[in-house]
Amino acid sequence: MKPDQSALQVRGLTKRFDRLAVDALDLTIHRGEFYALLGPNGAGKTTTLRMVAGLLRPDAGSVSVLGIDALNDPVAAKQIMAWVSDEPMIYDKLTPLEYLEFVAGLWGIEPSVAEPSARDLLASLGLEPNLHERCEGFSKGMRQKVALAGALVHDPRLIILDEPLTGLDAVSARHVKGLLGERVRAGCTVIMTTHILEVAERMADRIGVIASGRLVAEGTLAELRQQNGKNDTSLEDMFIALVDTEAAAA
Amino acid sequence: MNSTALTWFARHEIRLAWREWLAMMTAGRRGRKRVAIIGLLILAALMHLPAYAVIGRYADLRTPLDKSELIVITATILLAWALMLSQAIESVTRVFYARADLDLIMSSPVRLAEVFSVRLAAIALSVTVMALLLSTPFIDVLVFGGGFRWLAAYGVVTAIGLTAAAVAIAVTITLFRLIGPSRTRLVAQILAAIIGAGFVIALQVAAILSYGTLSRFAILTSDAAAAFAPDADSLVWWPARAVLGDGEALLLLLAFGLLLLGAVMAIFSARFADTAARASANAAPANHGSRARAFRSGSRQQALRWKEFMLLRRDPWLVSQSLMQLLYLVPPALMLWRSFSDSSVAIVLITPVVVMAAGQLAGGLGWLSISGEDAPDLVATAPLPSSRVIRAKIEVVLIAIGVLFAPLVMALVFASPLQAVVTAVGVAVAAASATAIQLWFRVQARRSQFRRRQTSSRLATFAEAFSSIGWAATAALALAIPSAALVSGLVTAGLLAATWKISPRRE
Repeated sequence: MKPDQSALQVRGLTKRFDRLAVDALDLTIHRGEFYALLGPNGAGKTTTLRMVAGLLRPDAGSVSVLGIDALNDPVAAKQIMAWVSDEPMIYDKLTPLEYLEFVAGLWGIEPSVAEPSARDLLASLGLEPNLHERCEGFSKGMRQKVALAGALVHDPRLIILDEPLTGLDAVSARHVKGLLGERVRAGCTVIMTTHILEVAERMADRIGVIASGRLVAEGTLAELRQQNGKNDTSLEDMFIALVDTEAAAA
Repeated sequence: MNSTALTWFARHEIRLAWREWLAMMTAGRRGRKRVAIIGLLILAALMHLPAYAVIGRYADLRTPLDKSELIVITATILLAWALMLSQAIESVTRVFYARADLDLIMSSPVRLAEVFSVRLAAIALSVTVMALLLSTPFIDVLVFGGGFRWLAAYGVVTAIGLTAAAVAIAVTITLFRLIGPSRTRLVAQILAAIIGAGFVIALQVAAILSYGTLSRFAILTSDAAAAFAPDADSLVWWPARAVLGDGEALLLLLAFGLLLLGAVMAIFSARFADTAARASANAAPANHGSRARAFRSGSRQQALRWKEFMLLRRDPWLVSQSLMQLLYLVPPALMLWRSFSDSSVAIVLITPVVVMAAGQLAGGLGWLSISGEDAPDLVATAPLPSSRVIRAKIEVVLIAIGVLFAPLVMALVFASPLQAVVTAVGVAVAAASATAIQLWFRVQARRSQFRRRQTSSRLATFAEAFSSIGWAATAALALAIPSAALVSGLVTAGLLAATWKISPRRE
């Protein structure tokens, strides 16, 4: 696949802290794809995504976001990307609407475009009654929804989410999943890490399994089953088998 | 709950208080306990020098004292009490909002009134111990110079520590009852700041109005104060007599402190549980921001500056801190006002006070703006270079300082244009220096961690303090002895250069 056909192309991405966290990782994610990145704790998922989002400088490798070299031109790459972490980082002393106004300002979005979009997003996430309340009194789920609305208000073409459903109740989780599904249908690319395998199974076009900083399996659910040699096995069983095999090899 | 269990809970409370204090001293880093203790011992030893300079000459004081001496000693005790009260209000509020174990305690099968009595006693103990530690160099100097009778001062510190804790508990719980948990936090912070500074400022204001000087002692040692003061055998002087070794006065003072604390514990420990539950259930108020207002247009830096200003404006620490800084500026402002009708040379004193205040406030604002970022990932993934983010944050600090201090400098223009220029330059340089130090030593932290900013880098804290003092002295000398100002300015600039050289962010 040519680089400009992919939403994200990662080649030889390496990061070492005390130990090797990401080990010469290659990853290609197509445009308009919902990609779920799975892996056990400490596998290197978050480190990989933080390097893609420009939050962490890799020791080696390249990152291309929709054809833009994200390491050489991070500002251009960030303009079309959004990042949502598992721990919602928002400003307690701002209201959701003020927070979205700030994010839109940072991304240079015209107020005439940003404001209706912000209101729609907050309404679709069930935050309309709280538009003018400061976030300091919000539950974790509400904070996560504000952070997600912030990530979407500048209409990114690549959305990277690290465990976005952590702490959300069933209704909120459905809101978030619905919103992400809509974005993918509109042509946006979504990369998400999750420990909820059912979500990956149901929503992802392709699934990647990462262990010890390396991609150990990748494909659609059917492809993964085929690789595993069992057509009726669940993603959970396949995931555990892959991780166990990798742990035994290590 | 039996007495063994209560003792066990008391030990638990003391252990928690010790670890909180230790974490504050070591900035939460393991393995720095020994370094922190050695550092504190060295600091305590060094503190004997300024203590000797301040109080050494009073070591020979003996009863009977004249009224002026009684007034000075009593005012000093009152000042210490006000500072302890300020600290105690802060401690009590922190217990309500920050302790994560309230659910555990309240769901456990114990009598809450007894458990919370222990917690209240632990607060009193920690306030008193802290006061004893801080007063040790001063009392040591008096004991070395004037004999063992001065050891009674430790008893007086204990007694006023107990009463300060008792009053703080009563005030905070009453505030909870009157204005609710959502407002108490802010009001308590403001109260703590005002009480700490208020007494000194009130004395200065009185001195300026009566004698045209910033000296607090002018009013305390005046004939007018002596004329208003009660007779020498009045109860008012018992703390002063106790300090000088009057055993009867000391015992009565201690008994009063214990009785007051006991009464407060008996009255308030039962309500403590209810108050704590309300605080934890309602720790964050449903504050409302501005309503029907359209999104602003502007550059990305403008968006950053707007966010910083908005957060600073809504920051409870900043509200109390700015209030305190403004309170400190009341005496110089008053002197300025007086100087319009009276050509007093004391007006020169305004400049160092203003420059010092600007440096200190800029340091706090700088930390909040540069290090205290609650959404670091958002800002780091925004499409603009980090240098522009930092620039916007620095601009916010300098604009805020400019807005706060411009009125005073403008007023100074009418009294003395040259002094106004020197003050303006001093404010700008002190604020820029403090901001630069915050930039060099920046760490990623949440704004709510502000209380611990001074322990995260002691070097930055000292550099910030010395820089503010240095520029304040330079500004004062520029008006009085310009050649000395050159030396003072070079020394301060050298200190800044050395700080930059050893800072972790020189690149």
